Amino acid sequence: MALLEVKDLRTSFKTEDGIVKAVDGVSFSVEKGQTLGIVGESGCGKSVTCLTIMGLNSKRNTVSSGEAMWKGKNLLTAKQRELREIRGDEMSMIFQDPMTSLNPVHTIGRQLVEAVQLHRDVTNRVARARALELLKAVGIPKAEQRIDDYPHQFSGGMRQRVMIAMALINDPDLLIADEPTTALDVTTQAQILSLMKRLQQDFGSAIIIITHDLGVVAETADDVLVMYAAKVVEQANVNDLFNRPQHPYTWGLMGSLPRLEADLERLVQIPGQPPSLLRPPRGCRFHPRCPYVMNICRETEPELDPSQRDPAHLQRCHLDEETKEREAEKLLHTTLAEAG
Amino acid sequence: MATTDVATRSEEFTPAGDELLVVQDVKKYFPITRGIIFQKAIGSVKAVDGVSFGIKQGETLGIVGESGCGKSTLARCIVRLLDSTDGSITFEGRDITKLSRMQMRPIRREMTMIFQDPYASLNPRKRVGFIIGEPLEVHKLGTPAEVKTRVQELLEVVGLNPEHYNRFPHEFSGGQRQRIGVARALAVNPKLIVCDEPVSALDVSVQAQILNLLKDLQDDFGLTYVFIAHDLNVVRHISDRVMVMYLGKIAEVAHRDVLYREPKHPYTGALLSAVPIPNPELGRQREAIVLEGDVPSPVNPPSGCRFHPRCPRFVEGHCDVDDPPLYPFGGGHVAACHYPLERWPMKADEMRRASGSSREPTPA
Repeated sequence: MALLEVKDLRTSFKTEDGIVKAVDGVSFSVEKGQTLGIVGESGCGKSVTCLTIMGLNSKRNTVSSGEAMWKGKNLLTAKQRELREIRGDEMSMIFQDPMTSLNPVHTIGRQLVEAVQLHRDVTNRVARARALELLKAVGIPKAEQRIDDYPHQFSGGMRQRVMIAMALINDPDLLIADEPTTALDVTTQAQILSLMKRLQQDFGSAIIIITHDLGVVAETADDVLVMYAAKVVEQANVNDLFNRPQHPYTWGLMGSLPRLEADLERLVQIPGQPPSLLRPPRGCRFHPRCPYVMNICRETEPELDPSQRDPAHLQRCHLDEETKEREAEKLLHTTLAEAG
Repeated sequence: MATTDVATRSEEFTPAGDELLVVQDVKKYFPITRGIIFQKAIGSVKAVDGVSFGIKQGETLGIVGESGCGKSTLARCIVRLLDSTDGSITFEGRDITKLSRMQMRPIRREMTMIFQDPYASLNPRKRVGFIIGEPLEVHKLGTPAEVKTRVQELLEVVGLNPEHYNRFPHEFSGGQRQRIGVARALAVNPKLIVCDEPVSALDVSVQAQILNLLKDLQDDFGLTYVFIAHDLNVVRHISDRVMVMYLGKIAEVAHRDVLYREPKHPYTGALLSAVPIPNPELGRQREAIVLEGDVPSPVNPPSGCRFHPRCPRFVEGHCDVDDPPLYPFGGGHVAACHYPLERWPMKADEMRRASGSSREPTPA
């Protein structure tokens, strides 16, 4: 049985301008020890999906429906008290911005100890020992001294390590990382990603990694969800997704990436802007920006269907299989030919 | 694609004579002061510490480095938004380092800047027409009617609707705002545009649009770019030559193909190996050369080579004593390293062994 099973998750926000459907029917499951990548541009609903699962959306203006089954319990209907027990213990989250997600007026040691004592009935001494152990595990040099430092005394990369230590302190079964390396330099990013990989091997946790960086997804994820305008447009195993992408939006994302191993004079660009979720386009949500748009795309929204070749590869597009194969081949061919 | 030969030692840099911009031994130190009324300097942040290079007309020089390496400070010194502490900046054969505000004014028409954050760099209370037209008014280029025509023309050039002249910045998305920033930089027909991380705040699809736009504009107007970014893929895509900075100094300069194919400086190698590859098979084989620790403080930079505390090829008694000059490798390729990489790609342990170094660096 899957660790987390999300079915038809929908989240909408009431705003002054109307109702924004930020997540519109997303389903996926995460197995133990697996990594799920969620990719998409800003505003596509990838963060909201995870905030909804964690029950971190404001209750005042949010409506959620669907199912998020966690060990036989639906998180969407669970009480706050139950969620508080799960959050930070069985399931924890690393936020994007390490500068603003730590409390600036407490030492990191105190914040780590608090995370332990919320869930375990242990003495300060035991909790502190655990905190120290984790700081060492995430590679903070001179952890014994640094445990009593305040967040501002750490650099960005070190703060992100503290965040990871805090997320892992209770041995969670699922770790949700929301753009964990976006604010960091490449060298620090490499450190953090290899750290997360190592910790996953050691603790066997499942990871959901949210990012807009296809490179990070390719290297860390087992399964990938591509989101566009609140919906999943493609879902596949990471190798299938990168070798046989089936959706024009995924092609666009891959083409618009300048790559080290390929040298193209001009990047493939996706014209236009992502649509407003207040009034999403009729039919396929990608049709106003899609170079392959047909009449049917403007009228009927495609379903998230399995592709003929591989039933585990889901895609939401009206194009016929042949065209897709051809276009995906072309995209890969150009990038690979240039590389050679 | 023009290439310029950068000389052997940074302080001995000799320009070829036909560069549009020559930066020579530029330093920027920010004083650290103590006291409120009688401020006493107790040290300085050496943000840029002796950087020399030249750029030819129509060329793009990419500058990469981690945050805090001084690349933005350097950009600001070039356009004289900051006064450099030492060194000279020569634009079209004229030293602009000591010019007064009034003397600078005509030169500000020749070099403009595109900023990183399209949300913070546009005045939210002014209309787009005013924002783009303001440089024209400042330099008294044309009547109000002419300015309006020119602004509409510029909007069209950068791919926006000329009818959006009267809109406010908040009515535009991030990518569109960056287009407005580009239009503003173009308004006075500059020769040189300094782009300080122009695409790092944008989504990949929009980033591609802006990069393509910048390339097209360069072809159409013969622009020269100084392009700063921390994303190596982006820099490679747009630049003719790439300069890698580390802690206020140049680590390596080379033509972009050369730099990415055969880097000489271990820092460049580490940067290249750290970039994730969007291909699951290739990407998982990649073995990043993970640098230990963080960039040291520019207040007290390490002795000798500034990279030595993190360098996998560190040789005791040499690297921590003698600051390496920029050694030439032919074709304008220079790198500040005593023990340059013999080949590329290289694994982390190969890098350590191959140097013949006096000790194995101990991982922290």
